Amino acid sequence: MAPFTRRRLAVTGMDELGAYRVLRVADPDAPEPDPGQFAMLAAAERWGGGDEERPYLPRAFSIARRVGAESHFLLEDVGPGSRRLCELQAGERVWLLGPLGRGFRLPPARRRSLLVGGGAGIAPLAILQDGLAGEVVVLLGFRDAARAQGAGLLDGARVATDDGSAGHHGPVTDLLAAELERDPLALVYACGPAPMLEAVRAMCAERSVPAQLALEAPMACGFGGCFGCTVARRGGGYLRVCVDGPVIDAEQLEHVDPHAGAPA
Amino acid sequence: MSVRFCGLELAHRVINGSGTFDVIAARKAFGRALDAEFPFAAYVSKTITLKPRPGNPPPRLWETPAGLINSIGLPNAGLEAYMRSDLPQLTGLTTPAPAADRADGRSPPRDRAERFPVPLITNVMGSTAEEFARLVEACETRAEIAAIELNVSCPNVRTGLDIGADPGQLERVVAQLRPRTRKPLIVKLTPNTADVASCAAAAQAGGADAVSLINTLRAMALVRSAAGAPASAWLGGGTGGLSGPAVRAVALAQVATVAARVSVPVVGMGGVESTAHARDMIDAGATLVAVGTASFRDPAAAARIADGLARGRRGAAAAGAAAQPPRAVGVAGERAGEDAK
Ligand SMILES: Cc1cc2nc3c(=O)[nH]c(=O)nc-3n(C[C@H](O)[C@H](O)[C@H](O)COP(=O)(O)OP(=O)(O)OC[C@H]3O[C@@H](n4cnc5c(N)ncnc54)[C@H](O)[C@@H]3O)c2cc1C
Ligand SMILES: Cc1cc2nc3c(=O)[nH]c(=O)nc-3n(C[C@H](O)[C@H](O)[C@H](O)COP(=O)(O)O)c2cc1C
Ligand code: FES
Repeated sequence: MAPFTRRRLAVTGMDELGAYRVLRVADPDAPEPDPGQFAMLAAAERWGGGDEERPYLPRAFSIARRVGAESHFLLEDVGPGSRRLCELQAGERVWLLGPLGRGFRLPPARRRSLLVGGGAGIAPLAILQDGLAGEVVVLLGFRDAARAQGAGLLDGARVATDDGSAGHHGPVTDLLAAELERDPLALVYACGPAPMLEAVRAMCAERSVPAQLALEAPMACGFGGCFGCTVARRGGGYLRVCVDGPVIDAEQLEHVDPHAGAPA
Repeated sequence: MSVRFCGLELAHRVINGSGTFDVIAARKAFGRALDAEFPFAAYVSKTITLKPRPGNPPPRLWETPAGLINSIGLPNAGLEAYMRSDLPQLTGLTTPAPAADRADGRSPPRDRAERFPVPLITNVMGSTAEEFARLVEACETRAEIAAIELNVSCPNVRTGLDIGADPGQLERVVAQLRPRTRKPLIVKLTPNTADVASCAAAAQAGGADAVSLINTLRAMALVRSAAGAPASAWLGGGTGGLSGPAVRAVALAQVATVAARVSVPVVGMGGVESTAHARDMIDAGATLVAVGTASFRDPAAAARIADGLARGRRGAAAAGAAAQPPRAVGVAGERAGEDAK
């Protein structure tokens, strides 16, 4: 459960990881997050203004890792909010609300876990890997070699790139298909861009493999207040990604909404 | 020092804007802390309609400079489900008195402050006068509901706009609903009209006990797939409603003209993010202030504002309110004491 207000926290570091940044924040009073939970982040100073006169609202980021009293976030600069967060330096402050949302449900038995990530969507898989027992296979897809350095966030990842500049040349779902061929009893945990999640969903549905998908929808609040983060539910109606997810059982979805994925 | 509004006793002057805070969902996110630190002096439900509505297709949000356009489309499970499953979860809420209202003036931990019941205001919208009548009659039968807010102003729904934007029609509809309930009727006015004061006067003439404003301003966002490509609407619903700091100055002007025109109490809202903004609304004539979009940035924003108002009042009293313009004292005191935003 998250405390009922945002916290003003000190940035302890900003590390480079290829095309990404890892933001470290001192958050000694944070409740222990479940893997897959997220936080709403905003810089305490200079949030807004600039050429685009945004951001105004806080931005959602998966909790990539908890290390002692620090929370880590993997950031990709895709717009004014993420850019400002990427520019933060040690000693600056951020507002943080969280941890929020429903995370991954861990497997009851020691089943083989397949972690499938794409782009900045690899973030929640890191904290998931930290918490998983049993055999874990990590398959990560990126656009190019600079982004593929993000794979360093996880242990023992196998990499695919769209341009072939690192690892397998092609979509990460090629690697997933081969793994599912070998072990049809595996469980799949995925987070990434919407087309990747949709491919994972379809592949798992075809083989009756249970899959948990961590979705990303544009969010204003992160705690069920605005009804802005919806995705269509199988059988009609909508789910709110922030409170019904972000981790959703794939069978709850007919398709992954094109707006419901991570930056590629 | 509690506040009276339409016969209800409230812990302070700050409530929520309809559709911007979902108690049931917030309990999932914050657990017991939500109930312990509940920020609003009254709780306004999201708009309830007779039949269930799924809401608009995504995307539903567009961020603007200091604001938000939403095209949510009033998703709700319908009147019957609201009465059956939501009402029991929305009753029995309490809120702590603002910190500065303690006799010693010191901030107690919010979980040990004196507590006030949080009356439930149910916001309803019908697409016809008959639908409105059925909604109001249903609310009248439930003791858990303290007051009814009529949404005649939602810019996402054609009929809402039509009823609220035309004084003659608005007065007729309110007059038809008035005899159907003894509970206070609050009319939530639309800002998307040339003459909001006349609409407010019509609501009062029809029998409204209070008016609230502003609802969101009709707005849209266009995107292009590439430079030079034709523009298309971003929001799934085509257009949406603008809220947040971007509308604050418009809201203040509308609250001021309405408060000057009607004698019933006014609930002022639109872009309130700090104690100083709430104080402006009150000085413009609002009895209560509602917080909407600001809660998205911090769920406890309303509590911070209520605490600031109470601190400002004490500051003014200490400085001798009679001798000095209370506004200047209040504003200076609050700005100094307020959290950084
Ligand atoms: C649960 C969750 C977890 C996430 N985890 C991570 C993570 O770990 N790492 C990470 O890098 N990202 C993560 N994201 C994504 C991250 O929240 C977004 O990249 C970020 O909000 C983008 O904000 P921005 O201001 O940088 O860019 P924006 O420009 O606000 O957003 C980028 C996209 O939003 C749309 N957009 C453009 N302008 C607007 C506008 N005015 N209003 C609304 N939409 C607009 C466009 O589709 C654009 O491509 C997560 C998202 C969610 C929901
Ligand atoms: C996401 C969102 C949903 C809203 N839903 C409703 C609603 O269901 N009924 C209603 O009367 N007003 C609704 N409103 C309007 C608010 O109650 C309020 O009038 C408006 O947002 C201005 O206040 P603010 O700037 O503080 O948000 C909604 C506003 C937002 C931003
Ligand atoms: S982000 Fe506001 S309801 Fe999900």
